[in-house]
Formats: sequence, structure tokens, C-alpha cells
Amino acid sequence: MPETISLEVLRYSPERDAEPSFQRYDVPLHKDWVVLDALNYIKDKVDGSLTFRWSCRMGICGSCGMMVNGEPKLTCATFLSNYAKENKPVRVQPLRYFPVIRDLVVEVTDFMTKLQSVKPWLIRGDGKPISEGEYLQTPEQLDRYKQFSMCINCMLCYAACPVYGLDPVFIGPAAIALAQRYNMDSRDEGAHERMDVLAQHEGIWGCTFVGECTKVCPKHVDPAGAIQQYKLTATIERFKSFLMPWAAK
Amino acid sequence: MDISYHDVILVGGGGAGLRAAIAAAETNPNLSVAVVSKVYPMRSHTVSAEGGAAGVIKPGDTLDDHAYDTISGGDWLCDQDAVEIFVKEAPEELLRLEHWGCPWSRDPDGRIAVRAFGGMKKMRTWFADDKTGFHLLHTLFQTTLKYNAVTRYDEWFVTRLLVDEGRVQGVVALQLMSGRIQAITAKSVILCTGGCGRVFPFTTNASIKTGDGMALAFQAGTPLKDMEFVQYHPTGLPFTGILITEAARAEGGHLINKNGYRYLQDYNLGTPTPQPVLRNMELGPRDRLSQAFVKEVEKGHTTDTPYGPVVHLDLRHLGEKVINTRLPFVRELCLKYENIDPIKELIPVRPVIHYMMGGVHTDNNGATPLAGLYAAGEVACVSINGANRLGSNSLPELLVFGARAGRAAALAAMEQRTPSEHAISQAQDEKARLEEQFLRKTAGRERVATIRSEMHQAMESGAGIYRTQTSLENAADKLRELRERFRDIGLDDHSLTFNTELLAALELSFMLDVGSAIVESALHRTESRGAHQRTDFAGRDDQNFLAHTLIFRNPDGRIRLEKAPVVITRWPPAERVYGVKPDVKEVAAR
Repeated sequence: MPETISLEVLRYSPERDAEPSFQRYDVPLHKDWVVLDALNYIKDKVDGSLTFRWSCRMGICGSCGMMVNGEPKLTCATFLSNYAKENKPVRVQPLRYFPVIRDLVVEVTDFMTKLQSVKPWLIRGDGKPISEGEYLQTPEQLDRYKQFSMCINCMLCYAACPVYGLDPVFIGPAAIALAQRYNMDSRDEGAHERMDVLAQHEGIWGCTFVGECTKVCPKHVDPAGAIQQYKLTATIERFKSFLMPWAAK
Repeated sequence: MDISYHDVILVGGGGAGLRAAIAAAETNPNLSVAVVSKVYPMRSHTVSAEGGAAGVIKPGDTLDDHAYDTISGGDWLCDQDAVEIFVKEAPEELLRLEHWGCPWSRDPDGRIAVRAFGGMKKMRTWFADDKTGFHLLHTLFQTTLKYNAVTRYDEWFVTRLLVDEGRVQGVVALQLMSGRIQAITAKSVILCTGGCGRVFPFTTNASIKTGDGMALAFQAGTPLKDMEFVQYHPTGLPFTGILITEAARAEGGHLINKNGYRYLQDYNLGTPTPQPVLRNMELGPRDRLSQAFVKEVEKGHTTDTPYGPVVHLDLRHLGEKVINTRLPFVRELCLKYENIDPIKELIPVRPVIHYMMGGVHTDNNGATPLAGLYAAGEVACVSINGANRLGSNSLPELLVFGARAGRAAALAAMEQRTPSEHAISQAQDEKARLEEQFLRKTAGRERVATIRSEMHQAMESGAGIYRTQTSLENAADKLRELRERFRDIGLDDHSLTFNTELLAALELSFMLDVGSAIVESALHRTESRGAHQRTDFAGRDDQNFLAHTLIFRNPDGRIRLEKAPVVITRWPPAERVYGVKPDVKEVAAR
């Protein structure tokens, strides 16, 4: 293994630059180092102005998603040594399809609005008091939605989604998976309310099940599966509303 | 200067902050509640908690059992009235989370499942696989989205509290995205910024855990309590410091030294059994297990690695099914970050800085001695954790006391009050200070990373698992030097847009204050209790130190230390006994 590795990092400062450009840095190549360690090395030792988000360094806070050699990655879980053989600089860029605030930091307000729009909270009519204990839920019932509850909101799936790339109004993989997480929860009664939100936009029908979102998901949430599931439910509901308007809600 | 007006401000949007926000909004829906967080709330460090949340729910368990485990685990430094409130309200809070959708793991009949945990003599730890904190935080965050009364300031960093006429009137905060510095005023401010593990070099704590709330309160003259009690978790992965949850031992994992020997049996923690036994061996408390590790190093029984000595956690005998269903995150972390498969291989582990028992001094409603200022969660010290926190008590703590602080702060915020002119002028002064000391200054010679790294070394060598007067005095001297050198800090980055170097500098200045508070408090306590072990003062000294340490900073900058009484209700101080058949001795001690 060589002793150093080169990174080409996208730099952009709205106060200084008309447009983004790549800056090259050579960093030590340690076997244990991930891409995020290299970025921290640069920030601490070389250039304190390099700007990126990170926090837990254990793949659970969802802060450090970036494009590494063109692929959306959690940089805390992407080893530098994987790129050592390629003999060319590792390219680090901000997540694709999001507006860039500065360097590797992207604007996430749109994503946050989309998350909120699917009403990602438990909706129940009755509101049982706490004193009556838990809602029963068997391990099998839990398994029906558990996978969709694992989303860490890292947004890699948006950076991988060709539909979102073409049509930023598309509500996107993570938000739909989150909606399904509650729709499939045996304690929830809000599926119809969420359907109104989800069915508003044609974007979901544009999803061609290329499954890029599922491939890049670091937590195996399978948003593509959620979207297919949702399409099926939505189609059935739509037919119901034509054929049996009294049964749709 | 821009000013925005709210009734209640939460500083920090992790578990405690979000629970407090909901409690405040529910107490009075007409109040304007704001969550000011330096990260988007779902990035907060609560997300990393793995093993579970303790709360009595199963037949055969009692609130008194939970209280006794907590108090003995805390080496009798817990306030017992607070513990009684805590154990009573913990199950209610955990159930509330269930009603909000938290995907708790279940028994086959659909009821909440519980698991064993260190220092607990009954199984009472609720869990959501081994990602309990993640699910708890996301459930809370998603639930807050339905409260329109809660305004979020995402990625805003609070640099100081506004205090005038003897009460808190708001905060000054920096918006990362724009560089805007403004006053956010309120009648009540609740600090929920978590702990300060990043004061040390090797920690499970995320990069954001820089003790901000502790430093803000300290600067405003509010005392910090029991800061000498810093928890090492016995099982961190070397280099990264990633936590391997105590649940791995609760499920039956063994700790072995380089000879394959379950060394804990040599440290008064009981005898090995084939199946895990509560309060025995690997299910002893964290302080004792971490101390045993140091003794093993001294005996030469550990394995050397490039990242220091390690012992090993052996999960192989649990089998693939248990590991995949009960500890999936442990396996994922080992595979992804260590290239080790715990189904077939041993996991190298060493003690790692994990949690602050100490924090901002509060009463049982989260109120600090400064009017209008509250604190809850790891940033606070109520104290239910005493000298050593038990695993799975921190998540219910942030819920119980987050809710209490939220309600108390909301009630206090109902009276009409407008921020004073002097408070607003303080905000203007603070804005000028930040511009002058950091953004416009070009001559500074010190780098953030250099001072931070020297602080790390000082804390680790001076205030680690075992301490002496000399080690602590050296650390105190070094920190004084670093605080002086910090005045000469220079940034590469002078821009207003998302200036993370400025953020790192401000966090560093907070950490230098908090680090000093830890060291000074540790010097003051000339006994050994729980996680605070003085080799020059071995043994617990109830005569002189059955008391909390309060550390103040006077307006002139000088430090003042005081003692405050520990509240004892029903469990007089006794010996901490762990190991098989503990009940007989313990009952005798009571």
C-alpha cells in the first residue's frame, strides 16, 4: 500500500468563487482511515477552511453523506484503502442534486419539508391513556415495517435517484419509505391521510424501479420496495374510489 | 441586530430537548417554543445510544429494586428523592414513546420485551434491537413535526446566555448557513446540549459533544455539579472509539484477557457462570469493569495494538441467530469499521470515555439556581447518576427530566415579561466580540487543532480512570496555559457562510472551560468513589465526601468550590456488592 493518497475535493465559497472547482490534497494513507478521516486531517493540518458536516463517525447520525468517485457514500464508512489501487485521486463532491451551500455542505431544507409533508408520526383516533399500557404489537407485526424505520435521513437515496434529479418536486425515496413505515405499523390509522399527500404528485409514478435508491442505502431500508408497495396500494385505492366510492375512506 | 422573541427556548435538539419541547407545547399551546440546535435534531448524539432504556414494567420487578440498583450503582452519591421520581416516571415516559410509535422490541405476545443490563438485578431494559437511541430520537423528532407551536432553528450555535436583572432573558446565536449573529429572547431557556466527551481524545461521543451547555451555564455564574465523575464505558473499539453496547454482555458475551481468561472474577465481581447472571461478572457496573481493565494492563495481561492495549469481547458462543436478531448493529459496526465478524472472531475492546455523570446543577424540575435557566439530559446533574451511571438509565433520564423541565419552564414563561435593554446590548457586545476575536482577526498564531490535541493529552493523562493530585495539577496547569494561548487563536477561514472553523474554535473555548471544571472538581474530591478513583486517596470517605461538588466561576473569573448535601431518603450508604448471590449481603447492608 502506498504511503499517501490524493483527494480532489470540490471547493466552493459563495462569497469568493463564481463557480466551484476541485482542489487537490495529499493525505497519509492509513489502513484504518475512512474518507472522513482524510477530510478531518486536511481541516486540522492543512486548510481550516475546508467545510463539511460530520458527527457520530459510526454510520447512524446521517450527517456525512457525499459523492465519492461519483457514488453517494457515508464518508465515515468508506475506507480510503478501497481506492488505493486505482492510482488516481479520489474525488469527493457534495451530494448530487442538492444545492451547494459551501464546499461539501448541501442545502437540506427541501428534504426536511418533504419529510414533514408525509406526516411521519403515529396517527390514531382513540388516543388510549398511558395508564392502559402499551399497544400490543407482535414481533411479526413489527417486522412488517421495521426495515422502513431504519432510515437515518442521510439522503444518499436522493443523490442516487434519477427521478429526483430530473424533477425536484418528486417527494423522493426516503420520505416515501418513511410514510410506508407508519402506514405499515399496526398501531397506525393514518394511511389515508398520508395517501392524500403522496398521491398529489405524479413523480411517484415516474419511478421506474431502477432501484438505485435501494442500492446506495447504507441501512438496507429498501426505499424502492416501499415505493412499489405504495404504488400498488395507491392503485387499488384509486380503483376503489372509482368503483366503490363509499369504500375508499 | 436582529432579535426574535419566544417564550421558551431549548438549546439542543436531542432526546431531552425534543421531549422538553413537546412538554412545553402541551403545557400551554399558546406559548412560542423554539428549538435552537447546532445540528438538525435527528443528527443529535442521542441517535448513537444502543442498548436500551430502563423502566419497571414486568411482574416481579419493583420501583424500589430499580431505585436501589441506581443508588448502589451510583456509589450513594445519587439524590434519592430524584431517583424515586425517576424510577416512577420512567415507565410512563417509555410507554408514551410507545404511543408515539417507537418500535420497541416485543415479546411473542406483543408486549414490550426487556433485557438484562449492567448493574441491574432485574431485567428491565426496554430496547429497539441495539439501536434504541436512534429509534427514540427519530420517534421524538417525527412527533415534534406535528406541533406547530415549535419553531426550529436548525444549525444555529448558541454562543452565550443573555442574563440581566438576575434572570436569563435569551441567548445569542450564530446561524451557520449565513453567519448571522442575533439575539433570540425568551422567558425560559432550557439547556439540552448533552455531554462533553470530546474534551478527551478517545470517546464514544460524536464530534458535536463539546460541553456547550455546561460552559454556557458556567460562564453565566451557574454552578456545575459533580464534574469529576466521568464514565468510561468498558467496551469501545480501538482507534474509532465506537461503542459496543453493554447489551452484548447482557446477551451473554464474555470479556477475556490475552490468555483467554475471564479476568473480571479477580476483581470482586463474582464468579463465571455459563449463563449471564444479573449484577455478576460482565454484568457488573461500568466503573468497576473499566478499573479492572487498568489492573489487567498493569499485570501485563492485555494485548498490545497500535491503538493501545486491549482485551477481547467474545460473542462467538452466542451463535449467529442471537447476534443477528439481538445485536445486529454490533455486528454491522464490527464488520464495517473493524473488518471483524463477531460470529467467528473476538472483538478487541478497551475502556472509552462515554458519559458525564456531572453537569449543570439542577433541582428535580430541571431548574438551575439562575432564574429562568433550566437543564435536562446529560448536560444536567439532578443527580440520579451519582458517582457512576448505570447503563440504560440515561435514555429514561432524558425523557423524565426533559418532560419535567419542559413543563416547569413553560409554567414560568406564562408571565408577561419583555427582554431588558441591557440584555439586548449584551447581544450586541457578543456580536462585536465574535467579529473581533475571530472573523476579522488575521494575526492569530495558534491553530484550533493544536490546542485541542494538547487539551486531549492533558485530560487523558491527568484525569483518566485513575488520578492523583500530581496528575490533576499537571492537567490544571496545562489547561491554564491552553486557555491563555487560545487568546492568540487564528482562523484560516474568515467567511460568513457555514464557517465550521469558527464553530470549532467556539467549541474549543467551551471545552477548555469544561475540562478545567472537571480537573478542579477532581482535585477537590480527595476520596475514591464510583468513577472517580484517586490512587492517593483510596476508598470512599463518607465522613467528608458524602456530598456533591459544586464548582462556580465568579464574575472575576476565579473558581470557587463548595459542597452540597446528598439527599438520602430510604437507602443509607452501604457497601457496593456485586457478584453471584449479592442479595444476602445487600439486604444485610440495608
